[in-house]
Amino acid sequence: MAKPKLAIYWAASCGGCDIAILDIEAKILEVADFFDLVFWPCAMDFKYDDVRKMQDKEITLTLFNGAIRSDENYEIAKLLREKSVVLCAFGSCASEGCIPGLANFTDKQTIMDYVYKTSPSLEPGNNVVPQTEVKVFEGTLHIPNLWNTVRTLPQVVDVDYIIPGCPPQSNQIAAVIDAVVDILKNGKPLPPKGTVLGASDKCCCDECKRKRDVKKIKKFIRPFEIVTDPEICLMEQGMVCLGPATRSGCGAKCVAAGVPCRGCYGLPSNIRDQGAKMASALASVIDSIDEAEVERILDTVADPLGTFYRFSLPASLLRRVQ
Amino acid sequence: MSFEPRIVGFLCNWCSYTGADLAGTARMKYAPNVMTVRVMCSGRVDPAFVLDSFRAGADGVLVCGCHFGDCHYVEGNHKCMRRIAITKRILKGMGIQPERLRLEWVSASEGARFQEVVDSFTEEIRALGPMRLKEWAFIPEQVEAAAAAHGE
Ligand code: SF4
Ligand code: SF4
Ligand code: FES
Repeated sequence: MAKPKLAIYWAASCGGCDIAILDIEAKILEVADFFDLVFWPCAMDFKYDDVRKMQDKEITLTLFNGAIRSDENYEIAKLLREKSVVLCAFGSCASEGCIPGLANFTDKQTIMDYVYKTSPSLEPGNNVVPQTEVKVFEGTLHIPNLWNTVRTLPQVVDVDYIIPGCPPQSNQIAAVIDAVVDILKNGKPLPPKGTVLGASDKCCCDECKRKRDVKKIKKFIRPFEIVTDPEICLMEQGMVCLGPATRSGCGAKCVAAGVPCRGCYGLPSNIRDQGAKMASALASVIDSIDEAEVERILDTVADPLGTFYRFSLPASLLRRVQ
Repeated sequence: MSFEPRIVGFLCNWCSYTGADLAGTARMKYAPNVMTVRVMCSGRVDPAFVLDSFRAGADGVLVCGCHFGDCHYVEGNHKCMRRIAITKRILKGMGIQPERLRLEWVSASEGARFQEVVDSFTEEIRALGPMRLKEWAFIPEQVEAAAAAHGE
């Protein structure tokens, strides 16, 4: 029997997801053995044309990481959708927008102006701005157009499964690979479409081993401002921990190390907006019923929107700044 | 065409909903722009309800609960006050005027106050104008037409 074909792609991402796949250590050899790796730009030399030449649904499984924020990202998302039986949004960027999605707090023009005109690392007077079309001696070059709004993969094409995390934890990736191999080898049924793989359905607090008592906060602090107590809930110590608004699955890694959860596993299953959920949780622990004092306490939250929506702005209810 | 504000009103069952009912049975006239959603307590109003109302096309959101000391669940309205404060910050950060969200305490006997709140809020939203979310939906044709115009 021919080997099942596997593709791994990156769109607007940092490359961390690809590294996380390599982080499964010796298991990567099993992957290479079981699958025929037909496309993985981060690790091997393939061309888009190789994919264009394939039959529809020729690829068994595509792990797609990265958000969609350019014509190129979108074109390849459509292409891989056509060519794959199962398309999986892999990691936070593809499923919720993640760090590239923070661009939705501003707009394309502001970003371009900063990066190519006013950033302090530029040569003074720089005026070289990339164009989507450039004529050179050999012909015309095309550079993909950057979008004003960052989108998630499920917003632009039909997606079968989601694997959350920034990046997904390697033990979870290994578990998903085992499950895929089991399904393909033994003809087991696929999980229902839309299933979140490699995570569980509760929130990060559920996996967190820290002791919880009553939370009464008069002032929020940032992790570097105190030496954290190793046993008590970080929120109780005054830090903004996204545990209550984040899906479980990572094993509460950051909180175990004394750093508040930043929310990378995205929305738990019954929540529609991670930022709103966090805002709600935060409002519950503020120890005051005086409006002016509440405002003062809220002033101590550093960058509330960037914190609540660090990983999920393009997937949030409002999606972008208005 | 004249603009009629669409306002979603979350009213707590024990005070404000009864207050609105009183305004009705007393035949007080007030602006018909508020679509009410009865909740058991203002403490039930999650910030996501507010954001979802705006996403679904509301121009304003009104939240009414019992006065401090009157909440049937003791401190639901305290939590509500803090949630509204933080939700206003979210709205502001997202480029939506925080005035489009208003919190008022209306007791079961304050029919006239409910009338006054609804009328004044409706006028305030009318002055702010309609709220339309920008680039919310992903429209493939638009993106593809733009790409084609770039010669790709
Ligand atoms: S808020 Fe953070 S530290 Fe506290 S229980 Fe939840 S995950 Fe753990
Ligand atoms: S604790 Fe939070 S931020 Fe850290 S890995 Fe887990 S979900 Fe991500
Ligand atoms: S019951 Fe009315 S605000 Fe809580």
